[in-house]
Amino acid sequence: MSVPAGHPLLEVRGLCVDYGAGPDAVHAVIGADLVLHSGEVLGLAGESGSGKSTLAYAVTRLLRAPGMITGGSVGYYPAPGTAVDLLAAQEGTLRVLRWSQISVVMQSAMNALNPVLSIGAQLTDVLHAHRPGMSKAARRARAGELLAMVGITDDRLSSHPHELSGGMRQRVMIAMALALEPQVVIMDEPTTALDVVTQREILEELMELRERLGFAVLFITHDLSLLIEIADAIAVMYAGRLVERAAAKALFRAPRHPYTLGLLSSFPSLHGPRQHLTGIPGSPPDLRRLPPGCVFHPRCSYVMDRCRTDVPALVPPAGRGDREAGTARVAACWLQDGSAPPPPELAAPAPDLAGSTASEPVGSRPAGGTT
Amino acid sequence: MTALHEAAPPPATSTPLLEARDLTKHFPVHGARRGRAALPRLARAGQPGRPADDGRVVHAVENVSLALDEARVTAVVGESGSGKSTLARLLCRLIKPTAGQLLLDGGAVPRSGRGRREYARQVQMVLQDPFSSLNPVHEVRYHLARPLQVHGLDEPGMSLDEAIARLLERVALTPADQFLRKYPHELSGGQRQRVAIARALAVRPRVLLADEPVSMLDVSIRLGILNLLGDLRDRERLAILYITHDIASARYLADTIVVMYAGQVVESGPARTVTDQPSHPYTQLLLSAAPDPDRAGPAALGGRGAPPSLVRPPTGCRFHPRCPHAMAVCATTSPPGFEASAGHMSACWLQARDLTAAQASPLHPRGTTSGTSPADTSSNDEPGGGDDVSPDTR
Repeated sequence: MSVPAGHPLLEVRGLCVDYGAGPDAVHAVIGADLVLHSGEVLGLAGESGSGKSTLAYAVTRLLRAPGMITGGSVGYYPAPGTAVDLLAAQEGTLRVLRWSQISVVMQSAMNALNPVLSIGAQLTDVLHAHRPGMSKAARRARAGELLAMVGITDDRLSSHPHELSGGMRQRVMIAMALALEPQVVIMDEPTTALDVVTQREILEELMELRERLGFAVLFITHDLSLLIEIADAIAVMYAGRLVERAAAKALFRAPRHPYTLGLLSSFPSLHGPRQHLTGIPGSPPDLRRLPPGCVFHPRCSYVMDRCRTDVPALVPPAGRGDREAGTARVAACWLQDGSAPPPPELAAPAPDLAGSTASEPVGSRPAGGTT
Repeated sequence: MTALHEAAPPPATSTPLLEARDLTKHFPVHGARRGRAALPRLARAGQPGRPADDGRVVHAVENVSLALDEARVTAVVGESGSGKSTLARLLCRLIKPTAGQLLLDGGAVPRSGRGRREYARQVQMVLQDPFSSLNPVHEVRYHLARPLQVHGLDEPGMSLDEAIARLLERVALTPADQFLRKYPHELSGGQRQRVAIARALAVRPRVLLADEPVSMLDVSIRLGILNLLGDLRDRERLAILYITHDIASARYLADTIVVMYAGQVVESGPARTVTDQPSHPYTQLLLSAAPDPDRAGPAALGGRGAPPSLVRPPTGCRFHPRCPHAMAVCATTSPPGFEASAGHMSACWLQARDLTAAQASPLHPRGTTSGTSPADTSSNDEPGGGDDVSPDTR
């Protein structure tokens, strides 16, 4: 599943986003660090209100007032050696980049498509704007080709959105996002509103297209179990902060942050004996009144005195094997600073990513969170 | 890590608390059949014995039998449009069945106003969206006080406020006085759903119908609600119907799983038997599509396409156009329920032992199943929004 990661394509450093200004401003994203490599699927997981969509909109500069980017940098590297500072880019530069280089698939295909225009008109509109030299017939042909790519016959070009099922609408959205062969596709909960079977079909198609066209995907979802199956690397957000980032398998088998561990033990398994799961006690914090110290400490079962006052940095965990993984594996937790051995469920040996994982027993999950 | 207590099956002689026998619900179609989409449909609808336009119905629920026992959770699993919510509304008597019977404690449910009220007291419903099922202009206290007042259930020697506080404690919203004066918008999603459950519990029901109670909630708090439902089953011996599209959560919570497809029950049985040894191809499809990080290899989808139109459901087995194992008999005759193992029912011809060679010949020659090419998939996709028919839900 894992495609060898290419060069960094999109680099987010210390990104901060506020809603509103002054003392009442809500800090929706605080110091986010992310790197999307070419050809990679990077998952961004988090609950509602964790800032994952805000992060995506800030990166593409699609954020609307009162959302404001208050710090950090976003670099886009279309080819090694060339760099575009997305946060400093003028409207004109952005207009060229958006869609042709970086495109977005919105969550609700129902609202993202124009109800009074046919699918064909909406698909050719993109080409009309970005490929002015293209003839009408060529645009039409390309639109049909795009639909065929996502498994819809081209006689649907004359259909209107209400004549399509939810799954087909989402497929049209994906076709539209790929119309100009972008390098980066940002998907904001693309399959959340769909049935499981349709969701699986669309994900399969997406992964196939990715292999063929080689674009990189930033996949935003609240469904961590889905992400583990499709993503190469996963970043977990909580209350505006990234709390852990690791390769998908490493995150699943050997989580380092208690929140990740809690999320992983919130999904009942389809295998083995039924076990009592506890989920995570409490509910996500109010972003207007964030707790001091680590934002997760009021819900954390490993809480220490230090967590209540000091904010942990997102750094490589001190454990053996994690340091070697370098910056690819980071967690923001005081348990991982090396001063004391972390609890065993947060210190599981990381799986050998290059080697075979087939020897691992199916159904072996991290043990924490279950009683 | 302890394995969950696996509830023993109830004694065979006991009468189920709430039983549905052959429930059927057809919604009339008020077809605004205008525009170009109408013409080909009318032509196709002109089959013998089928009126062209009027009299068309949506076959939302067809011949569904179900028994809810005391202290058991029964999960109904299916995709959207499979009729699971309609089934819940039938069981709650919010809508009248076209045919079939509802039996409470083995007796028919009276039609009188008093009988209806008593039924409503005993069978309560929890809705999917706690953001819209609570009244935004009223405090938590009001939501819990109303059912107590309407049904006159305030116990002697206990004030209304004490009764409300007790309710909040039962759903683990403590200390109660912290929540009494709160408005729904001041609560988190999980807390709101707990208030909705407390409101249902206020009238001391014996049956709780929970329609996707955790779908709208954040992942980290879903288990809290599921465990609360499990507690209510174990401590208060409630019969619970848990409707969901997430088969993994059904496996976690339920004692019995009922799988619905296109308005019919296709498989039912003990929860772990259904998920670990699925017998019906549709259950197998659902399981193959479910997110599962423990899966050994890449997911192989057991069939494709979308559910059929319920205005003109397929003949025979309703799943046959999508089924990778479809045989000749599947297209013509609806399968009866076969017993795959003890207490495990599967409505699939694959379970039949005495099919003739002609009946058992594969319907889709290898490689031409409706699912093998993407183009076919899309032609199977029914238009969303119920292909411009508006089922009458009153």
